[in-house]
Amino acid sequence: MTSTPRWRRFDEWDSRQLRHDLFAAEDVEAGFATFHSPWDPAPSARVENGRVVEIDGKGEKDFDILDAYIAAHHLDPEVIDEAMAMDPVEVARMLVDINVPREKLERLARGMTPAKLVSVVTAMSSLEIAFAYSKMRQRRTPGNQAHVTNAKDDPLQLAADAAFAVALGFDEIETTMRVASNSWANAMACAVGAAVGRGGVLFQCSIEEAEELQIGMAGFTSYAETVSVYGTEAAFVDGDDTPWSKAFLTAAYASRGIKARCTSGASAELLMGFHERQSVLYLEARCLCLQRAMGVQGTQNGGIDGAPLTSSMAGGMRELMAENLIAVWLGLECASGNDTRVSESEIRVGAKITPYLMAGSDLICSGFGSIRKYDNTFNPSLFNGEEIEDYLTLQRDFQADGGLTPITESSVEQLRMRAIRAIAAVFEELDLKKVPEEWVQSVAAASGSQETDSFTPGEVTRISEAIRKRGLSALDVVRALSKRGFGEEAENLLFMLRQRISGDYLQTSAILRDGKVVSALNDPNDYQGPGSGYRMSDARWHAVREVRGLQTRATVLERERRHDPTATPWLVAKGEAVKGDDPRDIVIGLSPAFGVELTRTTAGHDLIDVVLALTEGVREGGGTPRLVRMRHTADTSFLGLTAARLSGSGYGIGIQAKGTAVIHRADRLPHMNIELFSNAPVTTLEHYRAMGRNAARYAKGEAPEPIVVPVDGQSLAARYHVRVAMLYAIETGLVVADAPPLELSMTLGQGGIPT
Amino acid sequence: MTDPLDLYPISENAPELAVSASGMPLERLTLDEVLSGGVAAADIRISAEALRLQADIARSAGRDRLALNFERGAELVSVPQDVILETYEMLRPGRVTDPALLTARAEMLRRDYGAAAIAALIDEAVAVYARRGLLRRRY
Repeated sequence: MTSTPRWRRFDEWDSRQLRHDLFAAEDVEAGFATFHSPWDPAPSARVENGRVVEIDGKGEKDFDILDAYIAAHHLDPEVIDEAMAMDPVEVARMLVDINVPREKLERLARGMTPAKLVSVVTAMSSLEIAFAYSKMRQRRTPGNQAHVTNAKDDPLQLAADAAFAVALGFDEIETTMRVASNSWANAMACAVGAAVGRGGVLFQCSIEEAEELQIGMAGFTSYAETVSVYGTEAAFVDGDDTPWSKAFLTAAYASRGIKARCTSGASAELLMGFHERQSVLYLEARCLCLQRAMGVQGTQNGGIDGAPLTSSMAGGMRELMAENLIAVWLGLECASGNDTRVSESEIRVGAKITPYLMAGSDLICSGFGSIRKYDNTFNPSLFNGEEIEDYLTLQRDFQADGGLTPITESSVEQLRMRAIRAIAAVFEELDLKKVPEEWVQSVAAASGSQETDSFTPGEVTRISEAIRKRGLSALDVVRALSKRGFGEEAENLLFMLRQRISGDYLQTSAILRDGKVVSALNDPNDYQGPGSGYRMSDARWHAVREVRGLQTRATVLERERRHDPTATPWLVAKGEAVKGDDPRDIVIGLSPAFGVELTRTTAGHDLIDVVLALTEGVREGGGTPRLVRMRHTADTSFLGLTAARLSGSGYGIGIQAKGTAVIHRADRLPHMNIELFSNAPVTTLEHYRAMGRNAARYAKGEAPEPIVVPVDGQSLAARYHVRVAMLYAIETGLVVADAPPLELSMTLGQGGIPT
Repeated sequence: MTDPLDLYPISENAPELAVSASGMPLERLTLDEVLSGGVAAADIRISAEALRLQADIARSAGRDRLALNFERGAELVSVPQDVILETYEMLRPGRVTDPALLTARAEMLRRDYGAAAIAALIDEAVAVYARRGLLRRRY
């Protein structure tokens, strides 16, 4: 007995990017459970004398640090009995019901324990979760956040990349360091870069808490999101904090006028080894209740560092959406993850972002890598510098505001150069470093740090130390910018300092747009079904759809219609065509614009060469070619059938100017051709020659092998149809219904070849 | 009395109420003032009054937890940076083995800075830390 061979498709599948991803089987004992584990408690709560004495099956004396904090600060005794008694499915239905206001649901959430919140979202499909998210999220206008980092901590590149991120429309930018001691230089460089262009962007330098507070105090940064919380006591303590230390820190940020959000995400406890066999969603629900209890305005949530691990589990991406829903349901601003790259598969990456694009989010990515993957010091993001244009296109496809705006090549180049010159001027003015012109030029052109001739991390450390030791602040930078002619940038940076005095951006979901604070307070999400909630303005939609390389009728015709009306025609009409009587006669029927208005196929062949290939092929096959101009149709099948009916042999060829060609026979139905070259962009002159040869051989009664134009699976439609549709409109525009075919002769060598 | 929510954003609707920790009004924070050296670090710090106003606004918007946080923040405005960082450190697990130290810290903040809400938070932590065995050296 012979063995069954391995299907080679498996080899091909093995080589796909997807196969780098690991997929985990469900294993509750190991903590691999998304929505439910038998170790998750059933929802319960009990109030005695206005005091919460039981949460999710646990009595007060057994409360761990999370239970204790949630009992004391999250649960509202006034709402508990009502909320806990409700049927989870009924609440889930309210979440997707456009007639139930967000405020009513937020009130109920204040009386729900983590297990209760989980029981509700577990009843919802991915689509329902996404829909509920769009209704429950806090600020109406969606936004986005960028990572701006590089592998060398090069301040010139940081400034240039921050300016680019601002120009793209990011509302927040976050930096961190390759080398911890470079934090002050990174902060100064990003603050300067972010002041180039529109200004008013919130900025964070992610580092150890004490340092981060100090950098914030110096005026360089305006928000912090490193306040991490975890879903089990053991993980929390291992993370070196408690709910009280974090609540204190949150208040400390407020006291310095710095916007703060917490960070938590599914599977963090799993990565830290303290999952207590409970589902990742239940643990995350505890984190989120805790965050509301601490009084932080918002959360960075949706997996974050644990997102790839969560995505390895069945239903993992649904879980990430579910935890984001709980966050906004609790009234928190949500920077909805989509930061860490969860997969090597571009399809999974695109699918991951799509529900968020459609639903909108306070910050769709809590870190979109605006730089190249290798420069992302946090780790590659879901989307990175490489894929920015893919993201811009998705916004355009779904008419969804993902917070970014396409920008032109020349404006990016100017902004980058201005940012580099600005930070170089500040460094020089503050006696930190004289930047060589070669570095400026090198960084301006470089896509990433591997291409730059600029600062080394060690040189940055010396500058960073000097900034810290000398106690330089954002005020010094404002002065330096102004003195060196960067007045607009000085004003932009000062604008951010003014903002911190009013504290307006400390409120829920606050960002700055056009010099004004936009938050859940003055721009609340008011979605109540079609016609309500966020819609792009006409101006915004116009900006979003202007992706690079748009084809217009004018640009297509400019390129394709290389028609010289003064040239002597190379196809000359000799009067009305008649039916031939030679059995070797093969008529080649040309479309109305062929060789006149249109002179090249979509593959780029000059139509003269195409006609020569066809006619030579016919002769090689033993036929006699005859050229006829059709005017009553531009359709390939009808061109071919009309040609066949004019042919003495009964066989004819029809061809359009764009190169689509057919062999037809006089006695056939229009769309029942003999052979068809439908993929003009990949059709070669040799194929046309072979087509001519075959037509002649059919006429002789032979049965030649049909010509196959090989395709390799490219989307020719995506690549060519915009051009094809515009070109074909020229052909159909020339059609005259009753005009008879005209006999043609070629007048090559008489100066009639178009240029 | 007007709804505090009507004051939001303060920078647009009630800029006269935005005064920095040093007492500098928002409108004086101009580029000219910065260039002439009339603005110091304390002038770009938020004041306790502004934070309390933001707390009123948050409460009026139905966000009472956030309001409480702003009020705790207001209490910390005048607390020096090193005291803040030291207190944060003391609240981290296992940094303090003697609960009396934390209690004393709470008392000091209450007495010297009027930080009653912050002190209450620390007192609450002490009770839970003791019950959960967090008053134990970790390194």
